[in-house]
Amino acid sequence: MENKILVFLEQRNGIIKRSSFEIASYAYSLSQKLNASIEAITIGNDISNLEETGNYGISKVWHYKNAQLDLYSSSAYKKIISSHIKENGNNLILFSNTSMGKDLSPLIAVISEGALAVDCTKLEIENDTVQVTRPVYAGKAFMTAELKGKVNVITIRPNTFPVTKTSETNAEIEVKNVDELDLSVKVLDVIKSDSKLDVTEADIIVSGGRGLKAPENFKLVEELSQVLGAATGASRAVVDAGWRPHGEQVGQTGKTVSPNLYIALGISGAIQHLAGMRSSKYIVAINKDKDAPIFQVADYGIVGDIFEVVPELINELKKIKGNE
Amino acid sequence: MKFVVCVSYVPDTASKINVSLDGKSIEQAGVTYILNPYDEFAIEEALKLKEKFGGEIDVISLGGDKNKESIQKALAMGADNGILLKDESYRDSMAIASGLAEEIKTSNADVIFFGKQSVDYDNGIIGQLTAELLGYNCVSVVTKLDITDKTVTAEREIEGGKEVITTSLPVVITAQKGLNEPRYASLKGIMAAKKKVIIEKTPSPFQSKVVIEGFTKPAPKQAGKIVGTDATAAAELVRLLKEEAKVI
Ligand SMILES: Cc1cc2nc3c(=O)[nH]c(=O)nc-3n(C[C@H](O)[C@H](O)[C@H](O)COP(=O)(O)OP(=O)(O)OC[C@H]3O[C@@H](n4cnc5c(N)ncnc54)[C@H](O)[C@@H]3O)c2cc1C
Ligand SMILES: Nc1ncnc2c1ncn2[C@@H]1O[C@H](COP(=O)(O)O)[C@@H](O)[C@H]1O
Repeated sequence: MENKILVFLEQRNGIIKRSSFEIASYAYSLSQKLNASIEAITIGNDISNLEETGNYGISKVWHYKNAQLDLYSSSAYKKIISSHIKENGNNLILFSNTSMGKDLSPLIAVISEGALAVDCTKLEIENDTVQVTRPVYAGKAFMTAELKGKVNVITIRPNTFPVTKTSETNAEIEVKNVDELDLSVKVLDVIKSDSKLDVTEADIIVSGGRGLKAPENFKLVEELSQVLGAATGASRAVVDAGWRPHGEQVGQTGKTVSPNLYIALGISGAIQHLAGMRSSKYIVAINKDKDAPIFQVADYGIVGDIFEVVPELINELKKIKGNE
Repeated sequence: MKFVVCVSYVPDTASKINVSLDGKSIEQAGVTYILNPYDEFAIEEALKLKEKFGGEIDVISLGGDKNKESIQKALAMGADNGILLKDESYRDSMAIASGLAEEIKTSNADVIFFGKQSVDYDNGIIGQLTAELLGYNCVSVVTKLDITDKTVTAEREIEGGKEVITTSLPVVITAQKGLNEPRYASLKGIMAAKKKVIIEKTPSPFQSKVVIEGFTKPAPKQAGKIVGTDATAAAELVRLLKEEAKVI
C-alpha cells in the first residue's frame, strides 16, 4: 500500500510551532525508507514562517485561509482537514500531541472512520502495517500497538524528535481561501498566563516543591529559571497550597514534560511527580534528604539545602554566561 | 436538564505497574483500582449544574462488573442513575466511544461529561471521539464552565494560557483539574447509593482498529551522580551540565 502522509502544521499567532517542524522532520526521516510522499496542511490567516516547511522535507503545503481561522475552532478545522484528506487520499495523518492536536485528532479519526493513537514516541511503518509505541500508566510502561485503519491518525509527543534541516528548499504553498466556516465551537479569546514560557514548550525547566517553604521563596526558582532561559514548574503540593498556578504543575494530574534539562528544587519525587517528568533528557535534583526518591531518576544530584546551593548555582551560571 | 457522566475504573496512581512475563499484558496482582481521578471533576460539575438547573444525572461506564465500583462512587456523590455497558473484552478507545455514544444517543442529554484523561492508557480522547460520533459540540480539557440558556462558555487549558470558547448545547465537556473541588460522598449518600440498582446493558460489538501487541518497561535509569553535599558543588554541577551533558 502506498502511504500518503499528511502533517498538520499548527499555527498560533501566525507562527507554525516548533513541535510541528519536529513531526515534519520525523515524517521525512520515515518517508526516506518508504518512498512515501509527505504533504502538509495548515489553517490560519497570515502565517509568517510557512516557506520554512520545505527545509524539513515537506514538498507541498496547503494553507487554508480566512481571518476567522486565526484562532482555533474545532468545528471549522475538523471540516477543513477531513475534506482535505478525503479529496487527496491521505492515509496517515500526523499531529503534534499539543492541546490542539489532542482536541482535533479524535474528531478527524471519527470523520475519516480511521484508527487513532495519541502521544506516540515511535512509529514503525512497513508495507501495510503501522505500528506505534506510546507511554502508558504515566510512563511506567510502554505499549506497542498496530493500527489497522484505512486512515491512521497519530499524534506525536512534543520534544521527542529533533527538528532537522534537510534542505534549503522552500515548500510549494497552495493558498485556499475558505468562505464557509462552521464556527459552532469557537475560540473567542486566548488569555496568556503570567509565566513567560510554558513548561510543555521549554528546553529547560526549573521546578520548585514544598522544600521552598513559602511562596515568596519562589523568587529563587524564578531567578534560576531566568539565568537559564527556563520555564518555571511546580509540584502539586505547592499548587494545591496556592503558591503557584495550576498551569505550572508537572506530573500525573498536571503537565507531562520532556525537556533537555529538568531541575527539581525541594521536590521529593513522588511517583505522580515523576510521571510527568521522568522522560526529561537530563534531570538534576537538589534536595537535603539523600533518600528522596527524586535522586533515583536524577542524572546529577546535590544533597544540600536549596537556600544555600541555588544562590551559588546562580552565581556560577552567571559567570559562564558572562564569558560566552 | 439531562446530564450524563462517563466514568472509568483505573489503577491507583501510586500502583506499581509490572509487565507480564510474555509481555502481552499488565500484571494485575497487587494493583488496586479506583474511580479515575479526573472523572471526579466531571461528576462534581454535573452535580453543580443539577443544583442550579434541576434535572437528572446518568452515570455510565463500559467494562466489566468491576466498573460498578466507579459508578457506585458517582452515585454516592449524588448522581441519579447508574448504567453499566457490560463488556469484559478489550475495546480500543474508538470502540468504547461507540458503545458510549450508542447509549447516550437514547438519553437526550444536554451536557455529557468526561474526565480529561484516564490514568491507565493516558489517552485523553474518548470524550472527543464520543462527541463526534454523536455529532455534538465538544470542548476538551475544561477548567471553567458557564451555561446560560443554550449558550456554553468554557475555558480550556492550552500551552501558555487558556482559550475562552463559546458553543451551544448539547455539548461534551472533558474535565480538567481546576474546574471545581470534588465533594466527598456523605454517609447518607453512600447508603443511598448502595440501594440503587445499576442497570446492565450489552453494547453492540465494534471492531477495534488499534490492536495491542504488547508492553515493555522503560529501561531502568542508571544511578545518577551525587555531585556534592553543599553549595561548593555548584561549580562542578555547572561544569557537568555544560561539558558532559551539554544542555546549557
Ligand atoms: C491522584 C494523585 C495525583 C497527583 N498528581 C501529582 C502531580 O501531577 N504532580 C505532583 O507533583 N504531585 C502529584 N501528586 C502528589 C504527590 O503524591 C506528592 O504529594 C507531591 O508531588 C509532593 O510535592 P513536593 O515534592 O513538593 O513535596 P514533599 O513531598 O513534601 O517534598 C518536599 C521535599 O523538599 C525537601 N526539602 C525541604 N526543605 C529543603 C531545603 N531547605 N533544601 C532542599 N530540600 C528541601 C524535602 O527533603 C522533601 O524531599 C498526586 C497525588 C495523587 C494522589
Ligand atoms: N470504559 C469507559 N467507560 C466509560 N467512560 C470511560 C471509559 N474509559 C474512559 N472513559 C471516559 O473517557 C475519559 C477519557 O478517557 P481516555 O480517553 O481513555 O483517557 C475518562 O476520563 C472517562 O470519563
